[in-house]
Amino acid sequence: MAKAAPNRTISRLARLAWLPLLLILSACHIDMYDQAKYKSNQPSDFFQDGRAMRPPVPNTVSMGTFNPSSALLTGKLDGQLVTDLPAEITLDANLLARGRTVFNAYCAPCHGLLGNGQGVIAFRGPLVVPSYHNDRLRTIPIGYFFDVATNGINRMYGYGGRISPEDRWAVVAYIRALQLSQNADVTSLTPEDQVKVEAGE
Amino acid sequence: MPAQIFSRNANANLRVALIGITLLLFGIVAALIGLYLSPWYTEQGVAKAQPVPFSHAHHVTQLKIDCRYCHNTVERAATAGFPATETCMSCHSQIWTTSPLLQTVRDSYKNDTTIVWNRIYDLPAFVYFNHSIHVAKGIGCTTCHGQIGAMPLTYKAQPLYMGWCLGCHRDPAQNIRPRDQVFNVDYKVDSLPLADRQQLVIDYKIPTDGRLTNCYTCHR
Repeated sequence: MAKAAPNRTISRLARLAWLPLLLILSACHIDMYDQAKYKSNQPSDFFQDGRAMRPPVPNTVSMGTFNPSSALLTGKLDGQLVTDLPAEITLDANLLARGRTVFNAYCAPCHGLLGNGQGVIAFRGPLVVPSYHNDRLRTIPIGYFFDVATNGINRMYGYGGRISPEDRWAVVAYIRALQLSQNADVTSLTPEDQVKVEAGE
Repeated sequence: MPAQIFSRNANANLRVALIGITLLLFGIVAALIGLYLSPWYTEQGVAKAQPVPFSHAHHVTQLKIDCRYCHNTVERAATAGFPATETCMSCHSQIWTTSPLLQTVRDSYKNDTTIVWNRIYDLPAFVYFNHSIHVAKGIGCTTCHGQIGAMPLTYKAQPLYMGWCLGCHRDPAQNIRPRDQVFNVDYKVDSLPLADRQQLVIDYKIPTDGRLTNCYTCHR
């Protein structure tokens, strides 16, 4: 009886010999990892330009309430630059805070954190970036900044495709705040703040 | 009397062989698990060659350009967005305009062809990861993308196994940070005490009732 025991063990083991094959099966199973569908930014051999992400057909416009020539999306009304924020945008501390965030991310590399044209790209290259702090730009309708941010000007590319209209308006509001910050009359401050300015804080 | 079929050592040999085979099987399984977790398989920490040798270290740390300048859909879409060639050219039409390293970029812009980057973070097709919700709830870029500001060539900082995702989904307080620090690549999560981070989880209304670990949170 004692001698039969190893034989039984072997035959029992032999019956389980196929189990390691499962490991091989699991390793080859990638059809769920790479499904027959496109995700963003994937290449495609179906479309001629090799991109899975499709641009809208030229001259496509959204249906419904979307108005591509509204002040919100162009900064202009009847061809004239607007002088006030569009009705959809509310001027408050949140808008200016958002404007600072977006300005520092997208505009400051060239325009500088103060809007004086001394950004890090301007510092490294031969280009001269205009400052916001002159009388022409202080008095220009704010629609101008929105139009430039959207479509670009001179050597600056347009950012209409990268920054949402609401964020672009926030930037415009923040640019006005920057202009004020660099051109404020000391006497317009509260007495407490004037003391701080005198003390160099 | 027939000749002895088995040698004197047969029993001992069999036992040694059985033990050996068992050890070998365990060894193979252990080796496979080791390979599965190793950078050789996960590509963690392995920088890949790219058509343009783009350096995050240069653009992020030296030039202090915000993540969102290039990855501009990260706050409103599932994907952070590969920058279009136009984004590169916004600066590089003005500086380094003759650099041979950027010839691919200029060609792409001129001919409207795609720069095909080698993907670093490649999630399985059955995972529906969304950047915007993580960014909105105080999870920073470096939580998943590591010390991106110190990477000359980009590499994967995490193995991206499900257990790693679940670790944070079970206890977001270990990785959460204030919203205004999300894009700060030098931020240290430990700079805020655990109690404050737990308060952030409450303030940002992150569900702690187990919803975050439901299968359909990530698999649909």
